[in-house]
Amino acid sequence: MNIVTNNKWIGQRTIRPDGVDKVTGRAAFAADTTMPGMIWGKVLRSPHPHARIRAIDTSKAEALAGVKAVVTSRDIVDFPIAKGAVMLGIQDMRWMCRNVMARDKALFPGHPVAAVAATTEAIAAEACKLIEVDYEVLPWSIEIDDAIKADAPILHEFNMFEGKPSNIAGKIEHKKGDIAEGFAKAEVVIERTFATRPVHQGYIEPHACLISVAADGKTTIWSSSQGQFMVRAMTSMLTGIPQSDIRAIPAEIGGGFGGKTIVYLEPVATLLAKKSGRPVKMVMTREEVMRATGPTSGSKSTVKIGATKDGRIVAAQGTFYLQAGAFPGSPIRGAAGCSFTPYDIPNLLSIGYDVCSNRSKVAAYRAPGAPIGAYAVECVLDEVAHALKMDPLEFRLKNAAKEGTKAAHGPVFPRIGYVETVEVAKAHPHYHTPIGKSADGKPRGRGVASGFWFNAGGESSAQVNITEDGNVVVTTGHPDIGGSRAGIANICAELLGIDYRRVSVIIGDTQTVGFSNLTGGSRVLFASSMVVTQSTDKVIATLRERAAKVWGIDPEAVKWENGAAHPVSPNAGQFEPLTLAQLAEKAPTMGGPIGAGVQLNTQGADGGFGTHICDVEVDVDLGIVRVIRYTAVQDVGRAIHPGYVEGQLQGGVAQGIGWALNEEYIYTREGKVDNPGFLDYRMPVCSDLPMIDCALVEVPNPKHPQGVKGVGEVPLVPVMAAVANAVYDALGMRFYSLPMSPPKVSAALDAAAPRQAAE
Amino acid sequence: MAKLHVSTTINGEPMEFLCEPADTMLDALRGQLGLTGSKEGCASGDCGACSVMLDGRLVCSCLMLAAEAEGREIGTIEGMADGERLHPLQQKFLEHAALQCGICTSGMLVASDALLKRNPDPSEEEVRFWLAGNLCRCTGYDKIVRAVLDAAAEMREATR
Repeated sequence: MNIVTNNKWIGQRTIRPDGVDKVTGRAAFAADTTMPGMIWGKVLRSPHPHARIRAIDTSKAEALAGVKAVVTSRDIVDFPIAKGAVMLGIQDMRWMCRNVMARDKALFPGHPVAAVAATTEAIAAEACKLIEVDYEVLPWSIEIDDAIKADAPILHEFNMFEGKPSNIAGKIEHKKGDIAEGFAKAEVVIERTFATRPVHQGYIEPHACLISVAADGKTTIWSSSQGQFMVRAMTSMLTGIPQSDIRAIPAEIGGGFGGKTIVYLEPVATLLAKKSGRPVKMVMTREEVMRATGPTSGSKSTVKIGATKDGRIVAAQGTFYLQAGAFPGSPIRGAAGCSFTPYDIPNLLSIGYDVCSNRSKVAAYRAPGAPIGAYAVECVLDEVAHALKMDPLEFRLKNAAKEGTKAAHGPVFPRIGYVETVEVAKAHPHYHTPIGKSADGKPRGRGVASGFWFNAGGESSAQVNITEDGNVVVTTGHPDIGGSRAGIANICAELLGIDYRRVSVIIGDTQTVGFSNLTGGSRVLFASSMVVTQSTDKVIATLRERAAKVWGIDPEAVKWENGAAHPVSPNAGQFEPLTLAQLAEKAPTMGGPIGAGVQLNTQGADGGFGTHICDVEVDVDLGIVRVIRYTAVQDVGRAIHPGYVEGQLQGGVAQGIGWALNEEYIYTREGKVDNPGFLDYRMPVCSDLPMIDCALVEVPNPKHPQGVKGVGEVPLVPVMAAVANAVYDALGMRFYSLPMSPPKVSAALDAAAPRQAAE
Repeated sequence: MAKLHVSTTINGEPMEFLCEPADTMLDALRGQLGLTGSKEGCASGDCGACSVMLDGRLVCSCLMLAAEAEGREIGTIEGMADGERLHPLQQKFLEHAALQCGICTSGMLVASDALLKRNPDPSEEEVRFWLAGNLCRCTGYDKIVRAVLDAAAEMREATR
């Protein structure tokens, strides 16, 4: 494919199509829509980490004035365990149906057991209290070490591992060469064990939906998700309503980061709406979000890396245990598959274990699993580089994967941009600025780390229509979570040679645009720009045909340039250009409406690489680590809208700094999340962070018409290791668990050297 | 209990509404008054997505009772633009790509406006500490801070 160059709009910082709505408060997010006759749904949740549900009596709740419907697991379509997996994307509907509403057992505090719809939120909440659930409380485990013990309480008796009922629900293994042989050649070998805590995606918009079910079963869903088609399919499967009867309308989404790639409320609200005959609105509280949605896995990893004295990595081994939460499905593929991928390692064994435990089912979080694995691998690499007395970037460069390298998870790399990211980082002024100490003597340190994410293509649909007045409407099917509409407008305007403000970009609902897979896997701009490009090319072909007809020449003798048809050369004839507006005006008499749609299962999403540099300053009295400078370098393929590409990098880095320094789920002795709110679950605030510099490396993806690579997930992958390596540089002390929060840093400093009283 | 009748001023317009004693100002804005630009991210005053002005002071409307609006003046995101003309902060947020999902944007803008009214020439550090009560999970704050500083510079230039 041709890579477009010399662009007018591609690469420009245009104003996003949905921007004005969002700065004026007009944009409609999930909780912003209401309907006449609307009532409110509320969920009753298990207070126990693990309990058998012997009986549920909803009669008192149903008798309460104002209550219009009650739903329990009896109302949700069952996917029996014994019948085997029923997959929708990466989700097994056997787990989804039990996660949406507990069936025989409640598996975490917050697990839904029933739901009520009533005329007010207060009545719905009151009715939930009247539901009597007879629980048989069972022993439970949350932490990985507890869940994999021989006598651990088993969540799912049917789940067997090595012949016995187990909480280990899956294993993935990537192997290359022979590690025993490799380690035998190594002159430096370092092996370390790391732990990370569960962290939440932290989107500011709680899950919400409004659902109307007509008497004939026709269902309309307004909800914010990372995929209206996922919402439709899952709701259909869990309620029995055919997909053709469900119109899922994507509201503006207030952040997702992977956490909105599954449903929680929609099937429940649909059943409440169906039973009550009234539109039902459900909005989670922040506490419900923290207890019952997301987060990503807590983990335990052991990584061993061996190198020769000249700095060649000869063998590496990684074992990654990830919490799945209540149901199988932790992101072991990302942890085992991504962590070593930036490097050309001849002998490698990378194993991931999926561990169930009594906390909420994990949901995807930005490069699921990869940041957990990279944290361990990139910290060990730092130690190996120190042992070899090599510059850590030089060490990475020496072992960098490049075109032709076979990754342990399978592919042989095409042209990739990893080396470029390290070279740019190495040459960056940040890397050469002496760091020293702060004016008041606080120690400072610098760390680096790299990361990889697979990226994804998949199904995407688009329709490009020329309006009667000669402007353009583009409809795509992926919710826009961070500015993708702006990228689409740039591309379509570029191809048509018109001002980008003449291109309106909207996200269609499930009944008006073709199937489009989730906004996830960093796929959206990659996939949707492919279908938009092909649709626009078809439109341009029609426009050339129309001009050819007007001029009475061959369509091949017409070219499209700067928003108008022109004869390819004077030989083709002397004609005044015909503009888009002129051809649109002639459309009714020249063959009808001008528009085209394309649907593809897109292929060729190359993986993405990034390399980060982080400076920290440590307040040794308080144990507070502050990031004082940060630079993210990433191969982005082609930055269609640099502002929103940088935004992805900056946002990913901020989330990683939170994960590294403060964010964690804290549990009570009773197994409940003890910090289910933004006060105690401490995400980075504005005053915690410095400016986050970005260096965009553009190694175009040869399989994409504009050279696009996914950019959204890579920037979270290296961050925790970059921060941890910087903390080591500052203190000469390594931390092998996250978060490196003030109490932990303080305790470690105390243990290393008892504190002197302040002078 | 009977509902309370509240007379107030919102974005310069006299308004009346009925509320339960326990309703928050955010409930009233998003519910009866139909002003859904203010968002509920936490209902505990930690995220700032519901930021409004109360008699010229920045508050979280989720922490204010609706009945407290009696006789007061409330300013919300819906009152920020002058008809079709965007406030310089709104324009700079667009130009700097200072929003991704947009759920925090209303609160960020209201809070930034409150800052610039009090301090038309803030330093980066002052912007960062003023906005520390407004969570954004998408942007890492970089472009938000730049947009506020740029808007402040433009507004100072305009009043010269």
